[in-house]
Amino acid sequence: MTTAIALALALALAGPGPAASPAQATGAQGQATAKGDTPVSGAAAPSNNALRDSAVDAQTRVLAAGLRCPVCQGQSIQDSEAPLAGEMRELIREKLRQGDSPAEVRAYFVSKYGEWILLQPEAHGFTLAVYLLPVLGLLAGAVVVFLAARRWTRPVAAGAAEAEEPTVSVTEDRS
Amino acid sequence: MNWKRAAIGMAGAGAIIALFAFGMKQDPRDIGASPLKGRTAPDFALKVMDGPDSVRLADLRGKVVVLNFYASWCLECRDEHAVLQEAAAAYVPKGVQFFGVLYNDNPENGRSYLQEMGGQAYPTLLDPRTRTAIDYGVYGVPETFFISPDGHVASKKVGPITPAEIDTAIRQLMAQVQTGSVPR
Repeated sequence: MTTAIALALALALAGPGPAASPAQATGAQGQATAKGDTPVSGAAAPSNNALRDSAVDAQTRVLAAGLRCPVCQGQSIQDSEAPLAGEMRELIREKLRQGDSPAEVRAYFVSKYGEWILLQPEAHGFTLAVYLLPVLGLLAGAVVVFLAARRWTRPVAAGAAEAEEPTVSVTEDRS
Repeated sequence: MNWKRAAIGMAGAGAIIALFAFGMKQDPRDIGASPLKGRTAPDFALKVMDGPDSVRLADLRGKVVVLNFYASWCLECRDEHAVLQEAAAAYVPKGVQFFGVLYNDNPENGRSYLQEMGGQAYPTLLDPRTRTAIDYGVYGVPETFFISPDGHVASKKVGPITPAEIDTAIRQLMAQVQTGSVPR
């Protein structure tokens, strides 16, 4: 029974796979794949294109998520539905397809809009403070907590001795 | 009183106040300052809205170019339309080239808008995929770019331009043309 189910599943998976692939509609290589003549080489060229496209799409999403939409309030061009954001996403895709690296595409937008366009500013110049101040604040807080904890955990005897000192001085003043 | 502790506290507070003071002295309008200022203006070849011709920026070397991005749906563009019309009437005869660029809009709406506004004394160019607008780092409309005769972006105005601003920008560029000291 189990074997029969497994066999049926295997047939179901193997059957429509190549036939349903986009390669089938694109020409001779796709047809060869559908017939099962040369499944590996037949699928290779279209798959490479598909892989390249999906890689470009993935890079586009990453780049678009890091760029500020110029006509929105605090939204990336990936998240925005503004027409300008859509055109910017398409421009990123085109530049990547033309062979530009993600760094070059980013540099293009910075050259047009300045570093304002970057949702995560570069860590140099005055914007370095954005990255350094939280760390410095944390360090300062840690020092304060450390000093306070040391005082709180100081032996009671030392505290009592300190408390007695003003009494002595008051007595001296009266005399 | 622990003077050492007070000094540390005051130094910390002083640093924070100095940081805020620095931020308060910044002009928020400068955040949108164009990095293109002083650099070669991005070239374009755009079709004229009501005509068979195209305009290429590279063909306009030697002339002061005023490039105004606008749209029919933009209320502030309506405010500055008369200013641009008057400036064009004054400066086009002196050789200054004015162009409108229809931004994120379709030509039908652009034509209706111009008809409603009483016409336009200079051509409108079509930028259907907003690539020229992106190339110029346009945030929104209206935005006006002043391009020097040697093809550099001399200045940019975000928002509706005033007669004084347009006069100053054009006169500076025209004076530089006359003295031969065009900024780079």
